[in-house]
Amino acid sequence: MIVWESVEVTYGSTRVLGPVSLEVQSGEWLGLIGPNGSGKSTMLKAALGLVEHRGRVSLGNGDRRPGLDIAWMPQRPRMPEEMGMDDYVMLGRTPHIGYLSSEGKHDHDTVRLALKKLNLEELANRPLGTLSGGESQRAVLARALAQEAHILLLDEPTASLDVGHAIDVLEVVDELRRLEGLTVVTAVHDLTLAGRFADRLVLLGDGLIQADGPPHSVLTEENLRSHYGSGIRVVHDEDGPNVIPTRRSND
Amino acid sequence: MAAAAGAGLLVGPADIDVWSVLLAIGNALPLIEIDHGLTEVEHTVLFEIRFPRVVLGGLVGAILAVAGAAYQGVFRNALADPYLLGVAAGAGLGATMAFARSGDSGFIAPLAFAGGLVAVAVTYGLGRSVGGRTTTSLILAGVAVAAFATAIQTYLLQRNVETLREVYSWILGRLVTVGWGEVMTLLPYAVVASAVLLGTRRLLDVLGIGDEEASALGLNVSRVRWIVVIAATLATAAAVSVSGLIGFVGIIVPHTVRIFFGWSYRVIVPLSLLFGAAFLMFADVAARTIVSPAELPIGVVTAFFGAPFFVLVLRTMKGSG
Repeated sequence: MIVWESVEVTYGSTRVLGPVSLEVQSGEWLGLIGPNGSGKSTMLKAALGLVEHRGRVSLGNGDRRPGLDIAWMPQRPRMPEEMGMDDYVMLGRTPHIGYLSSEGKHDHDTVRLALKKLNLEELANRPLGTLSGGESQRAVLARALAQEAHILLLDEPTASLDVGHAIDVLEVVDELRRLEGLTVVTAVHDLTLAGRFADRLVLLGDGLIQADGPPHSVLTEENLRSHYGSGIRVVHDEDGPNVIPTRRSND
Repeated sequence: MAAAAGAGLLVGPADIDVWSVLLAIGNALPLIEIDHGLTEVEHTVLFEIRFPRVVLGGLVGAILAVAGAAYQGVFRNALADPYLLGVAAGAGLGATMAFARSGDSGFIAPLAFAGGLVAVAVTYGLGRSVGGRTTTSLILAGVAVAAFATAIQTYLLQRNVETLREVYSWILGRLVTVGWGEVMTLLPYAVVASAVLLGTRRLLDVLGIGDEEASALGLNVSRVRWIVVIAATLATAAAVSVSGLIGFVGIIVPHTVRIFFGWSYRVIVPLSLLFGAAFLMFADVAARTIVSPAELPIGVVTAFFGAPFFVLVLRTMKGSG
């Protein structure tokens, strides 16, 4: 589990997040939604200690150990063009390898497995600069999986994927969550997709939690219109809420 | 590297043939006695002048090249080198102070050393206070520190005209040795720094994905950066204090290695050691032969070959995107 306790982030005199308090249970999938600039990425970064913050982030039974406990998939990863995919995924093993030692058999096995889970085996030797957007995104996820952390923080994991690949990737994450009891927190822009996969959604607006609950109670037209603006319709079917963009003039 | 060492041993005003050199080396090995046919003078030239000089050239070259590779990795800037952070200028200032104050050469090394360390510390402090964690601010701070150190150095030289010539020859870079003294001075720094940089080379690859992502992988980024910078700076200052300012090695060698052997610092660091040693040994051969029997300062040679090569590297980088 991962717990944000009164976490607050300010840049200069501007408050960008909080104070927010949030508890995510082990094995739970929490979707963070909210318009651009609402504090989703900042909340994930605060969890990793990458931004200075007030309050505390803990794992329930102890302090966080970034890398070992928490794997992070950044929204805009820095990917050195010439680096090979397998070397890149191996970077995910960094928390497990001592400063002066080098990777062992288990590390290589873990990397191979992570590549396999994301169907990247055939691209293992390709330089990162030659990958398509979708392939790059899966490479970053493979690196996060190679960390073998029990908490996954994914910042826009499907941003540059077509709908088919987006579903594939989220299914992989869901399978891991169910098999290995991972705790998953994703920041997602696609609200319908977020509702399909997450057990629970948290709507952030102006750095504060505006709504928290199961998808059908958070993805309401009222909630979404007050934070995203007009032009949003929500249609429910047997799979849950579907968020449909419409023209503003139709409202 | 073997070829460079061979050329370094064979070339010189005293004419000694290949066969004799090989026999003499064999003779010097324990339990082997061979008649090498060298006169006593030739033997002395070989073992007390050429050998230490070749070894010193190799050490200095290896240090400058590996320090360049380390700075490039730590600052994620392909144009970083030992001179970038003001280390050389700081060391130059320290040495000039030694010349100006006492003229006692015993002070040159420690003061050059202190100057280099102070310079890199100031550069780091300035870079952080001005621009937080960004790489550019650090490099600009290095430029400012270097300019400041050079200004003071020039002032000191104007005040002490009689030492001007001596400092001038030191600034241009030289590999003049008296027996094995300089080699022994430099060796411990070279060994320690190389060990540290070889040990941390995998972490330089991790830094390649940026400070933020590297921290998220549990790496203590600022600690790694400090360790690498201190090791590289100590070695550079030690090299500068015995050999003066020899430029371009720290940029040329790692870049050449990168072009032929790929992006990973796990390869670049060890190969920079080897190729850096070879490069400077060759440069020294050139320095000794071009205006033979006189010698060119080796810094002039590395700059003469290095500058055009540097332009070539820049063009290649541009071409590849």
